[in-house]
Amino acid sequence: MKMLSRSGLSMFMSRYGSFGVLFVISLAMSLANKSFLTLPNLVNVARQVSINTIISAGMTFIIITAGIDLSVGSLVALSSCVAMIIIEATGSSLLGICTGILIGGAAGAFNGAFVAWAGIPPFIVTLAGLTIYRGIALIITGGTPIIRFEGGFRALGQGALLGIPVPVIIMLIVVLFMHFLLTRTAFGTHVYSVGGNEEASRLSGIKVGKVKFQVYVMGGMLTALAGMVLMGRLSSAQPNTGEGFELDAIATVILGGTSLMGGRGTIWGTLVGAFIIGILNNGFNLMAVDAHFQLVAKGIIILLAVLLDRYLKRKQA
Amino acid sequence: MSGSSESKAETKDSLETPQGASGLSVLGISKGFPGVQALDEVSFSIRRGEVHAILGENGAGKSTLLKILSGALQPDSGRILLDGKEIFLRTPGAASQVGIAAIYQELSLVPWLSVAHNLFLGREWMVGRFLMSKKKLKEKADEVFSLLGLSLDPSAIAGNLGMAEQQLVEISRAFSRNAGFILMDEPTASLTETEINLLFGKIETLKKAGVGILYISHRLEEIFRIADRVTVMRDGKSVYSGAAGELSLPELIARMVGRSIGNHYPKEAIEPGELLLEAKDGVSGEEGLTLSLRQGEVVGLAGLVGAGRTEWARKLFGADPDPKTRFRICGTEVSVSSPRQGRDLGMGMVPENRKEHGLILGRSVLHNITITIMDWLSGFGIVDRKRQSAVSSEYIGKLFIKCPSDTVDISTLSGGNQQKAVLAKWLARKGKIIILDEPTRGIDVGAKLEMYQQMNALCREGKGIILISSDLPELLSMSDRLYVMHEGRFVASLDKKEASQEKILEYASGLNYGQTIRNGSEGI
Repeated sequence: MKMLSRSGLSMFMSRYGSFGVLFVISLAMSLANKSFLTLPNLVNVARQVSINTIISAGMTFIIITAGIDLSVGSLVALSSCVAMIIIEATGSSLLGICTGILIGGAAGAFNGAFVAWAGIPPFIVTLAGLTIYRGIALIITGGTPIIRFEGGFRALGQGALLGIPVPVIIMLIVVLFMHFLLTRTAFGTHVYSVGGNEEASRLSGIKVGKVKFQVYVMGGMLTALAGMVLMGRLSSAQPNTGEGFELDAIATVILGGTSLMGGRGTIWGTLVGAFIIGILNNGFNLMAVDAHFQLVAKGIIILLAVLLDRYLKRKQA
Repeated sequence: MSGSSESKAETKDSLETPQGASGLSVLGISKGFPGVQALDEVSFSIRRGEVHAILGENGAGKSTLLKILSGALQPDSGRILLDGKEIFLRTPGAASQVGIAAIYQELSLVPWLSVAHNLFLGREWMVGRFLMSKKKLKEKADEVFSLLGLSLDPSAIAGNLGMAEQQLVEISRAFSRNAGFILMDEPTASLTETEINLLFGKIETLKKAGVGILYISHRLEEIFRIADRVTVMRDGKSVYSGAAGELSLPELIARMVGRSIGNHYPKEAIEPGELLLEAKDGVSGEEGLTLSLRQGEVVGLAGLVGAGRTEWARKLFGADPDPKTRFRICGTEVSVSSPRQGRDLGMGMVPENRKEHGLILGRSVLHNITITIMDWLSGFGIVDRKRQSAVSSEYIGKLFIKCPSDTVDISTLSGGNQQKAVLAKWLARKGKIIILDEPTRGIDVGAKLEMYQQMNALCREGKGIILISSDLPELLSMSDRLYVMHEGRFVASLDKKEASQEKILEYASGLNYGQTIRNGSEGI
């Protein structure tokens, strides 16, 4: 009996483990600092995590297929630089944003094609993408940021609707849409299948290559969308921006309980993971923790969270 | 003895073994897992120089017993005695130190190392402490092989060997460690008849050398060939123990399942309907035999491992597309270029390797059953979840798939139920031609019987089945007609009446190769 109830608890923890971690961290932060648990600060946290969450939502799909995308940081820079150049040239924010997102899709298609049909490991393809997209961003801007204090595009980063920041609204729409896609559609089922067992999926008649291609294209477009939000928030496009975003996104997805081996993961988990990282950042800042120390602490917390997850999973099995 | 009541354990024999006797005995071993008592007061013994077979359905506790004896699991209670002295096997290392070696179904050789390296893995000191001279390694390996009368090349790469040879390397390894007891779990599961004979020969050699062997197998016929004593387990208890041959096969089966199974192979004859498939082997060219399959028929493919049966079936299904091999499926001539096309042509394949090719482990039963029909279940990409669960419930009911609910992870199901789920996904797709590649490998007697009954049900529904099996009695009994393959070719077509094990083996080993073989099927 004792064993049964214990395995029940660990099953609960492994399913909701990341929620537990989020809860504990939130509790600790609100005890450590009174201003943490205030509405303005929470809205602030939500806005801070929005860009990472949008990228991570796409990354979740890719990682569920047992892939990885290292090029997202560079793609944030490339898509926003292209968008800004179009906006500068035409004065149309809409045209710039659409082009930026298309560039994201094209870069995703480039990654996806090599992964799906050339059979090159995603790590290598997107590592190449990481330098290629960064390089193109630097070439087309001459290495200097493009700053622009006018235009509708700034609303994506700075606007608000009924008091809710636009980035937060975009993030919520993306999360809801991606969750729906993953859980309610044939495509979502195929994403899980391919990640769970590629060969069995192929032998069941699933077009494995197509599924893989699609998740990279989608990941690229979401990354570009995040780039548009960032561009709006900073009123500028910077060819050097986004460095290390890929690591944040991967950490987020893993914290959310998605397996790097593929086949397992949820968008909710990723949202929770993004908030864990966001609250850590926010809390550390509120407590005025040294930035260099923050890096070390964040890394350790990620390791501990995954270790805990691993431990619970093994116990369950 | 055979007449005693069901409930009373007939373990007299094992309890008689005096504690001082030479051999490995377990006394009153129990082991529980959350929710299940895997072993309940099990006692029995293996003497030196005998083969002791353990029979039982999946879940009877055989594997748990094996793991306890090899130090991989610890018993909750009970004692293990070696030559009368109590021993404690806390780790696999401890077991190997007292001379107990286990050979599992999944072989544990390092595939990219040579046979000789594998033989001395972890004991490199035997062949020089720091520098391993290849020559010395080879000499030592040859020594071991010649003791066992094996002709294996020590410098061959282990991964390039066939399953049987790899198994022999493992046995040699155990032997070279002076193992007094070797535990074998389903050693013949992937071996051909010839290889099995070779293996059994070696087991005899080991017996003569005084090694005690614990032998677990689902192939009951084998037990009578090699076992000296038999223990039957059911639901974690040892329900019978005695000399081999004391009970007949049906009597043993009755004890395994707790009831008597009337017919081992309940094949129904069904009037064949329309022609579903005509196919060549893809090697022989136009003169070669044509395989035909009609509605309601089971066509068996016999052959040795490596004869190309699975390869041919994978070509047919589109898993390994070969544009040169053309098939006539329901009247249209095609070469199948992908499993998706195979699926759309009305074919389904239950692959040989269930876990790697058949299932998405970690996903639900529902997901695994409906994976082939997501396009039918969704409109504009959105899945109709009501219909999805209706379909999944339908097939869970139809195939008697035992699971607490269809949302549980498919990997928690027993092998037989997993296999049924793989079949279910093709039935859900309404496949007309079902390819079954070793459908009963590694599943227990009860589940096998259910699989055979399903095959009958499919035939009644007008489906055609291609059955590949290395279990000859099964293949002979369950097929309406048989084709024998040798080196990628169909070398014979046999009717049920004219087919026999001897005849199949004759053709399969290429003895009659090159002779003109009559095209046996009537209606082509």
